[in-house]
Amino acid sequence: MIDIQPVAAPGAPLARRNPVAKVAAALVFSFVLLATLDPVAPALAIAVELAVLPLFGVRYRLLALRAWPLLASAVGVLVTLVLFAADRSGRVLLDASPVLVTSGVLVTALGLVLRLLAVALPGIIVFATTDATDLADALIQNAKAPARFAIGALAAFRLVPLLGQEWQMISMARRARGVDAGRNPVARLRLFVSTAFALLVGAIRRGTRLAVAMDARGFDAGVPRTVARRQRFGLADWALIASAAVVSGAALTVSVLLGTFRPLIG
Amino acid sequence: MFREGGVAVGSVVLRGFGWRHAGRKRWAVRGLDLRVERGERVLLLGPSGAGKSTLLAALAGLLPEDSGEQEGTVEIDGLDPRKARERVGIVFQDPESQLVMARCGDDVAFGLENRGVPAEEIWPRVDEALRRVGFPYRRDRPTAALSGGEQQRLALAGTLALRPELLLLDEPTANLDPAGAAQVRRAVAEALDADTTLILVEHRVTEALPLVDRVVVVEPGGGVRADGTPEAVFAAHGDVLAAEGVWVPGHPVPPRRAAGPAGDLLITADRLGLPPRLAPTDLSVRAGEALAVLGPNGAGKSTLALLLGGLLRPGAGRVTASAELAGRDARTPPHRWRAPALARRIGSVFQDPEHQFVTGTVRDELALGPRRTGTPEPAVRATVDELLERLGLAALAGANPYTLSGGEARRLSVATALATAPRLLICDEPTFGQDRRTWRELVDLFAGLRDAGHGIVAVTHDADFVAALADRTVTLERRP
Amino acid sequence: MNHTDSNRWRTIDIVVAAVIAVAFGVVFWAWGLVWKAADPAFAAAPAAQAIMYGVWLVPAVLGGLVIRKPGAALFCETVAAVVSALLGSQWGGVVIVQGLVQGLGAELAFAAFRYRSFRLPVAVLAGALTGLSAALFDFFVWNSEYALVGYRLPYAALTVVSSALIAGVGGYYLTRALANTGALDRFPVARDRATV
Ligand SMILES: Nc1ncnc2c1ncn2[C@@H]1O[C@H](COP(=O)(O)OP(=O)(O)OP(=O)(O)O)[C@@H](O)[C@H]1O
Ligand SMILES: Nc1ncnc2c1ncn2[C@@H]1O[C@H](COP(=O)(O)OP(=O)(O)OP(=O)(O)O)[C@@H](O)[C@H]1O
Ligand SMILES: [Mg+2]
Ligand SMILES: [Mg+2]
Repeated sequence: MIDIQPVAAPGAPLARRNPVAKVAAALVFSFVLLATLDPVAPALAIAVELAVLPLFGVRYRLLALRAWPLLASAVGVLVTLVLFAADRSGRVLLDASPVLVTSGVLVTALGLVLRLLAVALPGIIVFATTDATDLADALIQNAKAPARFAIGALAAFRLVPLLGQEWQMISMARRARGVDAGRNPVARLRLFVSTAFALLVGAIRRGTRLAVAMDARGFDAGVPRTVARRQRFGLADWALIASAAVVSGAALTVSVLLGTFRPLIG
Repeated sequence: MFREGGVAVGSVVLRGFGWRHAGRKRWAVRGLDLRVERGERVLLLGPSGAGKSTLLAALAGLLPEDSGEQEGTVEIDGLDPRKARERVGIVFQDPESQLVMARCGDDVAFGLENRGVPAEEIWPRVDEALRRVGFPYRRDRPTAALSGGEQQRLALAGTLALRPELLLLDEPTANLDPAGAAQVRRAVAEALDADTTLILVEHRVTEALPLVDRVVVVEPGGGVRADGTPEAVFAAHGDVLAAEGVWVPGHPVPPRRAAGPAGDLLITADRLGLPPRLAPTDLSVRAGEALAVLGPNGAGKSTLALLLGGLLRPGAGRVTASAELAGRDARTPPHRWRAPALARRIGSVFQDPEHQFVTGTVRDELALGPRRTGTPEPAVRATVDELLERLGLAALAGANPYTLSGGEARRLSVATALATAPRLLICDEPTFGQDRRTWRELVDLFAGLRDAGHGIVAVTHDADFVAALADRTVTLERRP
Repeated sequence: MNHTDSNRWRTIDIVVAAVIAVAFGVVFWAWGLVWKAADPAFAAAPAAQAIMYGVWLVPAVLGGLVIRKPGAALFCETVAAVVSALLGSQWGGVVIVQGLVQGLGAELAFAAFRYRSFRLPVAVLAGALTGLSAALFDFFVWNSEYALVGYRLPYAALTVVSSALIAGVGGYYLTRALANTGALDRFPVARDRATV
């Protein structure tokens, strides 16, 4: 079952910040770090990210849970690099053609893995602590996003847990009518595909009705909408974005000063 | 009446109105001439499939030009309904698809925001609307965690909060428990002031009568069958209308009692539960008996039905099938049986008919179960044709199940379970949205099965159904 | 009414586009796990994994083909990316920008035909272009450390091929299949159907 509720302790000082500010800060932080390929800057960034975690009210265990696919992809990066690194300079550590592991390859791999983590974690942290309704409200009120599109997307997002239930319902309906796949993997795959298709069809039908219901309640009436839930974008929110820029910039600067900096382009 | 340039304010005027849904040969409504003045309360009656929901959608300006063909005209205060939407509030037959937001309070506020109501007025109006419909939860309750009846109440609150001049209600109490239905009717009565026009579609006339001062019966072929005060209409045409399918007060339906005593045990539930949806429950069903499961909204009746039907894994306790029902499989619980074996023994009808549809046409839908359980093709065709005929779906055999009217969809979903004639039939609200004729047909089908030695479990809020068919009842309590 | 008369989005356009995106956001979330699980299968030639890439790009093409309005491809792909981020995607917030970039490719293809033609070749072009924009993003942002000939170029080429096939051809036939169920009756794709 997919859960769309945010998981932060409510009231954690940074989780409470404006959702747009949180997303912007995460993007700023990530994109600054994308610019380098060395291990030092991302390592510093990860240290900072882990240090601010309590301020977002996220427990370390939860982060580990959400980030495990990321760790798996880190392994994938390592394997791929051992085989296909562009830079194979440095001392040869292992040579069993075509596998050639050099110290250069290991440094590059370390850099890439750390960069992957450093770039992804801010997004994971922010989205784990952000409610979709608040995000849509803030996008409309603080980022001047078109309200019809933001609310429409939000209404569709509400269907996510329903899609989970719907999947269960479709499976139950089929079972009740004598349709199942047993142990045959091909039959299972076919049942999976047909269930997924039925889910998509059901979702579209639901979307169609939802649109009618929304129109019935004046959604597209041309009257300027008011907002029931006020989202504020204050000094603290600007400060959050600014600190993201400053901290990530500082990590890069340290790396430049240490002479390890390797720009992405150039 | 107030007149402005010859047009009555607050009035609904239909002239020769007709609508044909895209993809259909038959007109859903046709040749309708009707005038409803401001402040009138109208009960709109007619057999299932007569086009009542279509008519309400037209009045709410919700029949887009690209979805069908129109004849004649509709006017609200002299305006095209598509331009008068802010004066009209509608609650649809199916509550689930009209909830927009993730939290209950936000959902009620949604319409107010759209209408540009000042922010500081919104929350008081939300709270008032929720209180009026007797909504039992806080504003931040997720809408995804509501039972069918709770959703209906929330949808009504979302519309009442808008204080519409013309209120359109399409079977607003279809899934509510009797107490909840009474509460919703009270809420509607309270919400109506002298200027509010009400058009109510409801098959169950007796309960709806206190709310209305005029009855309009629409004819399935087109036009208005009868129109006037309830007393006048029922006095003049009561017998004919009852025969045609209207639930005319004072025309009781004959009960269908069991022909003999109940037979062998079919299935037993021991402390069966699924926290937090269903508290531990004991229950048993025998061959040749009809058991009605009653209880307030949210008590866990639908959950119980799915557990008994072998579709959900119990969270506590167990379901045991007897050897009479399951033969050698009786040692394993139903939720572990292979699907064809399950479908042959236990048939399930879900609360929401649409959750149940698997194929693209009404005919295929009915044929699927018998085919999967290995019935020979001529027998399949005979069964399908008989069910289509008896349940008034013959003209819709080629239609897509998702385009049926509420009552038609319900009948189809019941018929899919009847088609395999399973030994045990578990139905969740099998009779909602039915007119008197289709209702009797359904009850006869159930009674026939029971007298042939099948067991029937029906989750229901329908007191007539319980009185006519049930041999025993079980009532679930709502947990505090 | 063979193409939509106005470029203004109706409520139903917005909601159904978003629903398609949301459904695929969920699919992405699951697909990310499948992608990871398939890693060992591609251990010998990791670049070949890009043949699975097209699935990420289906909403862009599907959205464009169903909605047929300017911005549909972009909107669908971006919302799908945001949804997968909200559900806890492993790539974090960067997917949002990635989604924007990817949606742009398909959008350009539909725009090139002035939102008038939605036949198979256009769908394939949309798939290929969205694959190209995705490949460019990956080429510079994620894959710059890998060998050019052994990895980066085949990866990019396979991405484009996979998108043309899975997102382009697949998206086209998926649209047709959806229209056949009657679910798209209020969209221009479903103009001709039998009456009952
Ligand atoms: N979207 C649709 N597409 C095609 N046909 C439709 C659609 N909606 C309704 N119909 C058909 O139009 C006819 C009238 O349907 P409508 O829902 O208005 O009936 P109703 O009087 O409300 O019935 P009920 O009491 O069962 O709810 C039915 O035959 C139905 O199958
Ligand atoms: N998937 C679910 N997840 C969590 N809670 C649920 C879920 N489905 C239902 N519930 C809750 O479980 C309780 C029982 O639900 P159920 O649908 O079984 O009630 P019911 O007796 O059938 O009600 P109604 O008469 O309104 O149909 C309700 O309080 C409902 O809010
Ligand atoms: Mg109806
Ligand atoms: Mg129920």
